[in-house]
Parts: sequence; C-alpha cells; structure tokens
Amino acid sequence: MDLMSLTAVELGSRIKAGEVTAEEAAQAALDAIEKKEKAVNSFVTVDREGALRRAAEVQKKINDGTLTGPLAGVPVAIKDNMCTEGLLTTCSSKILYNFVPTYTAEAVRRLEQAGAVILGKTNMDEFAMGSTTETSAFGETKNPWNTEHVPGGSSGGSCAAVAAEECSYALGSDTGGSIRQPSSFCGVTGLKPTYGTVSRYGLIAYGSSLDQIGPIAKDVTDCATILEVIASHDAKDSTSVLRDDYQFTGALVDDVAGMRIGVPRDYFGEGLDPEVREAVLHVAEELKKKGAAVEEFDLSLVEYAIPAYYVIACAEASSNLARFDGVKYGYRTGEYEELHGMYKKSRSEGFGAEAKRRIMLGSFVLSSGYYDAYYLKALRTKALIKRAFDKAFASYDVILGPAAPTTAPRLGESLADPIKMYLGDIYTIAVNLAGLPGISLPCGKDKNGLPIGVQLIGDCFQEKKIIRAAYAFERTRSYEHSPMAM
Amino acid sequence: MSKTYETVIGLEVHVELATKTKIFCGCSTAFGGAPNTHTCPVCTGMPGSLPVLNKQVVEYAMAVGLATNCTITQYCKFDRKNYFYPDNPQNYQISQLYLPICRNGGVEIETSAGKKVVGIHEIHMEEDAGKLVHDEWEDVSIVDYNRSGVPLIEIVSEPDMRSAEEVIAYLEKLRLIIQYLGASDCKLNEGSMRADVNLSVRGVGETEFGTRTEMKNLNSFKAIARAIEGERARQIELLEEGKPVIQETRRWDDNKEYSYAMRSKEDAQDYRYFPEPDLVPISISDEWIARVKARQPEMRTEKMERYQREFGLPAYDAEILTGDKAFADLFEATVALCGRPKKVSNWIMVETIRMLKDNGMDPDEISFSPEHFAKLVELADEGAVTNTVAKEVFELVFREDIDPDAYVEEKGLKTVSDEGALRAAVEKVIAENPQSVEDYRNGKEKAIGFLVGQTMKAMKGKANPGLVNQLLRELL
Repeated sequence: MDLMSLTAVELGSRIKAGEVTAEEAAQAALDAIEKKEKAVNSFVTVDREGALRRAAEVQKKINDGTLTGPLAGVPVAIKDNMCTEGLLTTCSSKILYNFVPTYTAEAVRRLEQAGAVILGKTNMDEFAMGSTTETSAFGETKNPWNTEHVPGGSSGGSCAAVAAEECSYALGSDTGGSIRQPSSFCGVTGLKPTYGTVSRYGLIAYGSSLDQIGPIAKDVTDCATILEVIASHDAKDSTSVLRDDYQFTGALVDDVAGMRIGVPRDYFGEGLDPEVREAVLHVAEELKKKGAAVEEFDLSLVEYAIPAYYVIACAEASSNLARFDGVKYGYRTGEYEELHGMYKKSRSEGFGAEAKRRIMLGSFVLSSGYYDAYYLKALRTKALIKRAFDKAFASYDVILGPAAPTTAPRLGESLADPIKMYLGDIYTIAVNLAGLPGISLPCGKDKNGLPIGVQLIGDCFQEKKIIRAAYAFERTRSYEHSPMAM
Repeated sequence: MSKTYETVIGLEVHVELATKTKIFCGCSTAFGGAPNTHTCPVCTGMPGSLPVLNKQVVEYAMAVGLATNCTITQYCKFDRKNYFYPDNPQNYQISQLYLPICRNGGVEIETSAGKKVVGIHEIHMEEDAGKLVHDEWEDVSIVDYNRSGVPLIEIVSEPDMRSAEEVIAYLEKLRLIIQYLGASDCKLNEGSMRADVNLSVRGVGETEFGTRTEMKNLNSFKAIARAIEGERARQIELLEEGKPVIQETRRWDDNKEYSYAMRSKEDAQDYRYFPEPDLVPISISDEWIARVKARQPEMRTEKMERYQREFGLPAYDAEILTGDKAFADLFEATVALCGRPKKVSNWIMVETIRMLKDNGMDPDEISFSPEHFAKLVELADEGAVTNTVAKEVFELVFREDIDPDAYVEEKGLKTVSDEGALRAAVEKVIAENPQSVEDYRNGKEKAIGFLVGQTMKAMKGKANPGLVNQLLRELL
C-alpha cells in the first residue's frame, strides 16, 4: 500500500484508526522525496530530522487523544514564502539564502496545532514573481507529468510536490493566480480563498493587497478540510476578516441542482488553446447534466486586469522588498563602499532579474509625476473590475472558465518573453483584484498528456458554492496520478 | 540695510505620544532599556510581519486635534513613505499623506505684540525610526530599534509666525496643551518634542512668499530662537548681495551658532507615497469623537478659574501654577494631602522655582513626592520649625525627597520654645555683646535685632523667634 497515493483526509483517517502511524507517513514522504527530488526539485529545504521528531510527538498526542483532527499526523509541504520558526525561509531568493525566521506564520501555526507534520519548504518563483517557478534562485522545478515542462508558478514547488506525491498536501500563496495556475498545470486541486480569510501574518509579502494563502491537494475534499484549519480571524493581520461561517466541509455535497453557473465569453476568446477550451466547456456540460443552469455572459473589463494587476502588485512589491537591504538579515555583498554602495551592491547581487524588473516597474509607477497616471488609474480599474464581478454575481452563483490559456509550457519557453508570460495570467488575475475565491481542479489532459484545469470563481465569502460545484464535477471522474507518482 | 524685511515662519512639530506600547505592535515605548530589547518582528521589519494599529494613538491624535480646533478626518488612512536608511527597518515609514487625521485648526498665542492665531494645517500620525549610533573608533554603525515604532504625531502649522518670540509662544502653547492632555511629556532635550523650522524672508508689504529653507536639529527653545535669528540674517544677507536663497534642508549647529546645508530640493528624495495596504482605513464615528471630547481633561483656562474659585488663590498664583502641568499636578496632589492652598502655592512659587532655577532644571524634572512636600508645608505652617529650618529641610526634600518629619526629629530641629533653655542662651548673648546692649539701652531699637540674630545663631536657628524677642526685652 503506497501511503503517498492517498489523499490527505484518507491518510489522516488511517492514522486516526491506528492502521498507520504518523512516523510511517512521514518516513514514506521522506522516502518519496529522496527518490524523486533529483527529477522534480520541488523543495528548497527538506527537514528530515525535524519531520521525524515532529511525527513522533504528533503520534503521542494522537495516542493520548489530544489530537483528533482529520489532518493529525499527515505530512505537508509549505511554500518557502511562509515563515517557519527555526527553519530556513528563502522565498527562493539569494537575498534570503540564510534567513531563519524567529516566528511561524499564522496559517502554518494553525496547521501545526492541528497535528500537521512539516516536511520542508517548497520551491517557487523568486518572491512569488513568475508563472513557471523558473525564476527561483535555487533551480527550476519540473512538471511531474513531463519533466521537460514547467510546473507553473509561483507555487510550482508545492503543486509539483503534491502531483509527484512527495507530500500529502501543501500550502501555496496566490497573488495573481499562483495557486490556481500551477495546480492546473500539475493536475492537482488548489483553492485561493477570499482576501482576508487566511491570515497573511508571516507570509512574506509580494503584493499585500492581493496575496492570499491557500491549500493545494489531490482533491476538493482535502482543500475544504485544509481551509477549515487555516482560515481564521487573526488580530495580527489588520486585513483579516471575521467570517460568519468557517465550516467549508459542509459544502462537500454532490448536488448542483438549480445552481446558476455563468460562463464568460471573454474567457473563451483569442489565445485560448482549443483543447483547453473543449475540456473546460465539458465541465459546464457535466454540471448542466447534474441540474445546474449554465449560461454564457459578458464579463467586461477583463482585458484591463493584466495592466492594473502589474501596476498594483509591482508598486506594492517595490516597497515590500525594500527591507531586503543586507543590513539586518539575508545576503550582504562582500566588498562595498559607503552605505548606499552596500545597499546597491547587495540588492543587485541578491535579487534575480524578474524581481528587479518588478521593483523597477513598481518604483516607476509610484514616482512623483506618474502616480496619478499609473497607480491611481490602476486602483480605479480595480474598483471597476470588482463592480463588474458584483454585477455578474447578482445573476450567477459560480463563474466557470479555464485557469490558464494553455497547458504547461516547455522549460525556458516563457522567460524569453515576459509580456507573453504576463498575458498567461489573464484568467486568474481579475479574481485577485476583486478579492474573490477561486478553485482550480483537473478536468482533462491535452494530446501530449499534460493536465488541463478548470477554474470556478465565487463571490466574496462564497467558497462553499465553488466547493460544492467543484465537488460535484469531481464525482464525474477519478483522480489521475502523475507519472512521477509511481 | 536699505529695506526692511519680514520673517515668515512655519513649523513642523513632531511629538512622541505617551502610549505604553508602540504604534503597530505590543512592544514597550519606555525610554532607555538595553539596545534592541523593546523589539519584535514587527518593529524590526522582519519579513512577513504586519502592523496592527494601536487605538490609543488615534485617540491621542484626536484629542490634540480637538484641543487645537482641528477638524477630524472621519475617513482617514495610512500611507507608506519610502526611503532607504538603516534606522528604518522596513525602508519605508508608515505615515499619513493623503488623508491625515486632523486638519484646519489653530491656536491662539500671546506675545508682546498682542494676541494672534497660528493656523494648523494638519496633524498626522506616524511611526518613529530607530536610533543609529556611529562608532568612529570601530568604524561601524550600530542600530537600536527600541525607538522604532514609537508613535508620533506631526503637527504642521501654517506659515503664520513672524518672529522667534511668536514661534516660542506657539511651541509653549502646544506643549502645554499636549501635556495637559497627557498625550506626551513634550521634552525637547529628550526628543519627545522636535521642531523643524521652515523660514523665508520678504520685504515688508510683499505678498508673495520668499524661498524657504527647513532647519533641523533644534533641541531647545533657546536653540530655536538662535537658529531663527541666524537664518533670518543669513537669508537677508544673501538677498542684499543679490544672491538667491536656495530651497534646502539645513542642520543647525547650536555650538557654532551656524547652520549647514544638508540637502537641496534638487536632490530631494521622491518618497513614492502610496496607501499602506497592510492597514485598513480608519473610520471615526461622531460617537467616537464625542467620547474623546467628553474625556478631554481640564485645560489651563478652566484650571486657572477653578484655582481662584475653589482654593481662593490670587489670579497671579493661579497663572503661575497652571503655567506648567508639573506645577499644577504637584499643587493639586499636595493640597489634597495637607490643605493650606495658599501656603502650598507659596512654597511652589518661591522655593521650588528658585531651586529649579539654581539647578538649571525644568519643572517636569521635579522628583520629590507630594507626601513629603505636604509634611514640610505643615511643619512650617504650624511653627514646628522656623522658616530658616524649613527652607533648609525643603532643599533636602527637593534634592533627595527625604521625609521631613523623620529628619527634623532625628536632627532635633524642632523650634525650641522651652523658656529655661532660651533664657540661658539669651543671658549668654547679653553677656557677650556689651556694646549692643549699651546701644539698645541708649535707645537704638535696631540693636535688639542683632541680639535676636545672635541668639538664633547660638540656637542653630531652632529658637522660637517671638519668645527670644520677648526674653531679650525682659532681661534688658
């Protein structure tokens, strides 16, 4: 019996039943990592000793009945932009190559409290800036379905680790699609919650007003279960929201009768791969068969989402990344003259090309004389996009579309043309600008055997609707393990 | 000089607020403390940390705004001010640019020229930076983040002041208001109140402002006055020579009484302000404003009236006692213990102020307790000690906060009213000063004063002077 082929909830229930111990689960995961890491490179840091020690502690608490939750003893991988006390946290950047946090991110702390066993930290695009996990300072992660292709990004390490079955589930973060797009490329399920649902405390910020942590797993049940654990109203995060309802697993019912599903024509236009189009529209058909009312509509303004996103996210990033200066922690250049010389040299050597590009772009749009023309205009566009979604959600419970225009590109194909790479975020970005929840789950494969993902978008705080729709569709097909899972 | 010039001055005053914890985290704001001990991930700018606003900061800012007749911005926001410097751990300061909490206020000042209102353009909230220590010996700089995140308000005046006297009057007025509110101790020398002076000159009668400079590093009222005079003279000299005044920031060196250019407008930084995404906008309801208003403490004018009404003090006393919050606090606490308001007032106005002056101290540096002060007032008022002894004991109360009862008891300083003991001393003085005795007997009334003094001296000041006088007349 391969423990790693189980979903997180399945493994958790076996541990709870005493059929498997947390130590056995952790060992199985570490063995899988040992075997596959060379080919996949999902992890920046693997904490073998810590994971085994932690598994033993958790097992003791399971035995004495103090840990009873569904995820107790289940091994997890954490994206390397979430702080973990005493464990290297790099954001896949040279500038944080030696940074060991003194505290743990709230979402991770909540997982630990629920008995999670942390295996290590997963690879990502540097500071979550990228769509391929190729901008990492620690080498690219490969797609477990075909190692000549990218896993997507920026949570590419987390998605690849789940698809390669090096962990039972993972945490990712999503600023412009960084959970949903790589989930789609890797054939796994990833959920980006409503902004404010999961505390950002301890998440190293990229675009503060857009960043959200979310679960990445094999199926919808896992995602709902994990979200239930990590979602909270956290006094340490001022943007955290107190929700009425945190019982996401209550939406795991195979019933979409009467659900109104909107299919935006704008999401099926030029640039969409025909195979992706077909697979995604097939999902709409399946939900229709189950009693949902499916209708096409026009969601305007989507073409403005990409420029607005890159202006806002880069502006915030230019300020958020200012603290990495070689003074307090992280990389400091060897030789320098004077203070500003140290800043310049440390940052020039510490940041990669994509991070530098976004810092420069962000600094430019905030600079005096350009602020109104770029930043303010982007904020207005953001408000208009939110209004367009509000209008759509007056008529629909769920919006259905692709998560990405294509399946996973080949390694090296994307970075050569950043504009093209940015355009690849077209279906995911508007969701972040409007603060909405979105889920991406597998719905087929292209002729090359690469996974295709469908995205379901809900109104703010309506995770349960997208979970219900996703769960209902998931019932119509079985989970496909990646070749690397074997 | 062929032309007469007018000086135009506006101030930016930073005030450290008296909250127990910092503006965006739970760390202590206590002054001192070993370097980097009042710190956490938030105030050291650790990756992933997030600010959470201290509500008390908003209330203090509102209180100062209301007391200076400002309009409260009921939907206000924080912005990030971006600049690189090691005392600023995030390399941005959380401040307010677009929607500051208070706007359009003003305070009335009084100078030799009469009364006038100095307008307040805005008051905004922000965080303080850490402290850089340059170790020239080791050729390194060390950063202490204890002060990082201490809450500040910046009070920006309109360019309404015309002289150093007006500037000092304005600053004293602000300081008094803020001290009364308990929002800050406003110590210039410790940096809990800091003023930057924006100054320009123009010909009398001109309506356009001249080019201004901003002066920093002013640590006392005296330095501010000197810096204003110095900068005014410097700018006039430039204009007289037909040279332009350059818009720049200058650093005042009070020892050399000269200012140095720090940076000009050309190389001024672009702070790239934008709304702080980690904090939600602050919504201030009418009810909240009403609550803060209702909690405003008694301000100076009301206190002055009350002191006259309730304690029967002369207007002069009331004015001096309320002129510094430390005096008013000491007065009220002492009167609560021993009554005798006029006596307490006298001890503050005469002896306390004299001791402060002699020691070059500010009123808020008074360190003795109202308990010991009250006991001293009682001892003196009841005649248990003589005035001379009382003054000596007060100096010890002032310096070391001794217990006057115990001290007087221990040293045997109580006034001697025992007739036997006094009679012996008086007889001795008469015997030793035949010339004065002679003078007195010859009608020189003054001579008795000398003899009283000699007796007091012999009794080390403890003798009851009335009784000594009576005994002398009797024995002569």
